[in-house]
Amino acid sequence: MLTLNNLSVSIGNKQILHGISFHFETGKTYAIMGPNGSGKSTLASAVMGHPDFSIHPESSINMENDPLIGSAPHERAKKGLALSFQAPLALPGITLFDLMRVALEGKADPVDLHQKIDAYARELDINEELLKRSLNEGFSGGERKKFETLQIALLDPKVAIFDEIDTGVDVDALRTITAFLATHLSEKTTKIFITHSAKLLKAITPDEILVIKNGHLVATGGDELAHSIETSGFDRF
Amino acid sequence: MNDTHDNLIDDYRYGFSMPETSVHKTGTGLDASVVNEISAIKHEPDWMCQFRLNAYDIFQSKPLPKWGADLSAIDFDSITYYLKATEGQAKSWNDLPKEIKETYDRIGVPEAERGFLAGVSAQYESEVVYESINRELDRQGVIFCDMDTALKKYPEKVREYFGTLIPPHDNKFAALNSAVWSGGSFVYIPKGVHVHLPLQAYFRINAEAFGQFERTLIIADEGSFVHYTEGCTAPIYRSSSLHSAVVEIFAKKGARVRYTTVQNWSKNIYNLVTKRARADEDAIVEWVDCNIGSGITMKYPAVYLAGRGARGEVLSIAYAGREQHQDTGAKMVHLAPDTSSRVISKSISKDGGQTSYRGLIHIAKGAENARASVVCDALLIGQASRSDTYPSMDSKNASASIGHEATVEKIGTEKLLYLMSRGLSQSDAEGLLVNGFIEPVAKEIPFEYAIELNRLINLEMEGSVG
Repeated sequence: MLTLNNLSVSIGNKQILHGISFHFETGKTYAIMGPNGSGKSTLASAVMGHPDFSIHPESSINMENDPLIGSAPHERAKKGLALSFQAPLALPGITLFDLMRVALEGKADPVDLHQKIDAYARELDINEELLKRSLNEGFSGGERKKFETLQIALLDPKVAIFDEIDTGVDVDALRTITAFLATHLSEKTTKIFITHSAKLLKAITPDEILVIKNGHLVATGGDELAHSIETSGFDRF
Repeated sequence: MNDTHDNLIDDYRYGFSMPETSVHKTGTGLDASVVNEISAIKHEPDWMCQFRLNAYDIFQSKPLPKWGADLSAIDFDSITYYLKATEGQAKSWNDLPKEIKETYDRIGVPEAERGFLAGVSAQYESEVVYESINRELDRQGVIFCDMDTALKKYPEKVREYFGTLIPPHDNKFAALNSAVWSGGSFVYIPKGVHVHLPLQAYFRINAEAFGQFERTLIIADEGSFVHYTEGCTAPIYRSSSLHSAVVEIFAKKGARVRYTTVQNWSKNIYNLVTKRARADEDAIVEWVDCNIGSGITMKYPAVYLAGRGARGEVLSIAYAGREQHQDTGAKMVHLAPDTSSRVISKSISKDGGQTSYRGLIHIAKGAENARASVVCDALLIGQASRSDTYPSMDSKNASASIGHEATVEKIGTEKLLYLMSRGLSQSDAEGLLVNGFIEPVAKEIPFEYAIELNRLINLEMEGSVG
């Protein structure tokens, strides 16, 4: 579904990612792990098409054999890629509905969209009042992540990347979020969770784990790798 | 570069023009004989003719203001100061000449009228040619007519107020308007009368290098309420046109007047307007002022808070794209105790456009417990866009409370990435951010105007991307 081939990324003069290659399969769940500052979020933003990042010429990113490099973020979104942001910015004067109405223009009837948002918000224990407020403005960390989750579900992507969906979220809220995703994301959606914490692994049960350290992909594996990270962290990589 | 610019002009939705059908037209340029001629064509009383001639002298003696936008390119000699589009006034839509009807069809006046407006007074060039007044307004004793008619039918009322709040010597363009004014609206709301639907006027320039100098006077008697709205669109021409209006509002004790403008002149128009209101005891005056079009706008709606407990508000939105300068602001003059004022200014500069906020809060010595608050927020999009703030506070009374907040925000990569990751194109993303930014002011505007405003801004933004 999503293939990274020799992906190297620089921001300004500084190289952050070094030649990462990996193939994410349709419908599977992945965890990308690594210590803070290892380049995990850069990977997510680069795949989404952050305009300030420079992708090295030998690199390629393909979705269903369709090259993404060179296309703008909204074109990647149209191809079925979605990103839940680590720290979504406040959007004064714009409600969740305002944004999603434009995002899903021609795909969703506004009345249906309203009802769907209300229903999803209830499932996510989102206070109704927040739906009327400017998106992310004055929201707690947990509220922001719930709103990210809700948007991803509405977008119904082929590949969903969740950047630190667990950061700033308490145990109950995280359980609500992961249960919601299990219900509402299609089986065919490829799910990629970026985290530095092994706690998330229990909730999402990934098919495969990738470890990134200092911008290099240093390990991939299954349950054993998860167990090893849980007990001894990232030092051994 | 030139191609892009031409495309922009072609994109301008209201950039069509109709053949002129004028029956009266003064030559280009201005002197005392042109002023006399205008007054004679209109069969005006002598005092008005003298008022005009005096104003003309003041206009001649005043230099161009140097403190604001660059006005040096205005060629006063190439402007036609008076042009009458049809003989007399049409009573109904069907009486209008075909070209004028077509023009109005395109800017949507008949639709607006069908939308059960209280009264439509649409100005085509310098005469009001079409006007329909709701029977209900007549019954309530409301007067809503064009200024020329008012001068004939209600000369005493006009003379009592006309030019008293904005005298010709106020500034060069008030003097010019006073000398050559034509058209505009006269509104009188009797004591205690509430006009529930907005009174609407549409203005439109349709002659090359022709200045439009309408004059509006609104008198809201004690305890009355009225909402007056105006919207502007204009076709594109190669040489510059000048729009210089004067609007005076008198809000008597306990009255409330709201005046809403959506200004969308084409880019070659100089829009230099003087707007001022006087609020007596417990009266409220609100200016909602949206400036999207024109090449250069200079406009600073003012409220003179003359009676105890009077309240003034200016809510404004300015959008400046490439080669535009919106120099706008507000003046609140607190002359009485317990007066309060609020200014919210939202400006957007895109692709090298320039916005300036120029404001004055004046608290007079006797204005005990005056409260004033000013919030001006600027949004910058693209390289070389510019926003400046020139707030001026002048308090002669220690009991006054004055608040001032100013913010400048640049639409950054991270916000765009966030919205684009949801599938929005860059122009949709910027449009959404702009709509969110102006939302606090836009929500104060009547619904159909708010839609028009959002559409105009989005149209401007689309036209300037790529």
